[in-house]
Amino acid sequence: MDLRENIGWPVSEMARKVAMDINDGAYVNLGIGIPEMVAGYIPEGREVIYHTENGLLGMGKVAEKGTEDFELVNAGKKYVTAIPGAAFFHHADSFAMIRGGHIDICVLGAYQVSQEGDLANWSTGDPNDVPAVGGAMDLVAGVKTIYVITQHSTKSGESKIVKECTYPLTGKKVVSRIYTNLAVIDVTENGLYVRELAPDLTFEYLQKHTDAALSQYNAK
Amino acid sequence: MINKIAHSAGEAVAEIFDGATILISGFGEAGSPIELIHALVDQGTGNLTIVSNNAGSGHVGLAALIENRQVKKIICSFPRTAISVVFPEMYRKGEIELELVPQGTLAERIRAAGAGIPAFYTPTSVNTTLAKGKETKVFNGKTYVLEHALSADFSLVKCHAADKYGNLTYNKTARNFGPVMCMAAKTTIVQAKKILELGQIDPECVITPGIFVKKVVEISDPADESLLVAENRRYPWI
Repeated sequence: MDLRENIGWPVSEMARKVAMDINDGAYVNLGIGIPEMVAGYIPEGREVIYHTENGLLGMGKVAEKGTEDFELVNAGKKYVTAIPGAAFFHHADSFAMIRGGHIDICVLGAYQVSQEGDLANWSTGDPNDVPAVGGAMDLVAGVKTIYVITQHSTKSGESKIVKECTYPLTGKKVVSRIYTNLAVIDVTENGLYVRELAPDLTFEYLQKHTDAALSQYNAK
Repeated sequence: MINKIAHSAGEAVAEIFDGATILISGFGEAGSPIELIHALVDQGTGNLTIVSNNAGSGHVGLAALIENRQVKKIICSFPRTAISVVFPEMYRKGEIELELVPQGTLAERIRAAGAGIPAFYTPTSVNTTLAKGKETKVFNGKTYVLEHALSADFSLVKCHAADKYGNLTYNKTARNFGPVMCMAAKTTIVQAKKILELGQIDPECVITPGIFVKKVVEISDPADESLLVAENRRYPWI
């Protein structure tokens, strides 16, 4: 059974759920890929300032074709724009914002998240891969709140929410909340708690497809 | 009389020697001093250790320097992109060394070197394979890892405007590693899109004060790396 396509929320709905949890006035860093979609779902009336670790606070939308500036890129090296009120700065200042705890929320993708909130998202440990870490370890070490957005299972059907990560860690005990196509899950001191289930899914179904133990709020 | 202006990229990089450690600015193509790197390819200086966030794209700029077998080791945070071919191939064959450093740690190690700080503790990479073998210490109940300053013989940096004192301004996200790299090398060599008269850069707007810069060369029409990569160009130009 392919859990990725047919069951639960589409990626757009996952991104919308993350966006709903981003408060007005937040300084936010969005990881490369699916996390970038979150920006498109921030509710009307909320103002969010996007940080990109290559030196821009106040990142705007992706640049339209024909208006690209080779010297205005985001962390994924996409051509972007800067909003009125934006600021540019050098890399050491940019990571001072991250490590110094000045960024409120970071949304990242994941290979695995453990029941303790450990995150593995930079390497599969495959010796044939060229290792590359970028800013991921700095972000999880410094940003106040880390949200993960990911499919619940891998393409081959293995749970990405695990008792213990088998891939190399990006950081230990760093994730606060996980948004998958099946559920929204809080990482708490007492383990993983399901905050919301995708429509037509039972808790038992979710648990069956999750390696780590899950709990329900309000369960007797 | 102070005049840091060099007349060509070749003249600017002439003193770079075999075995040197060189900081090279840029985040991908943004801020990468491609003309200075190409001058270094022309010069043929070898056995270099390069510190740069990425490892080059296509067959130009930093990728050309690597492909020309002038680099023995690269210290960087993200050595692969969709269009990087040279480094991954040589790395898999064991023909080039890699020291992988988290991006913020890389920036701070360089900044520390420029600021006279030999080492510092950071929370980044604690409990990961990248902290293996490094000293840790607990402050206020939280563990930090000891990282050492990263200084260099030279830095090659791209900026927007410069003057003959070496004061610099940058353009948008092309600033990235430039300011900290200017601080951390014994000899900082800069390519500027334009060189202005003294006083034409508002002192309030100077990003890198001239004290950190040794040489400036005007490259008024720098190549766009992504266009060269899209056209599959190779340096040296064929």
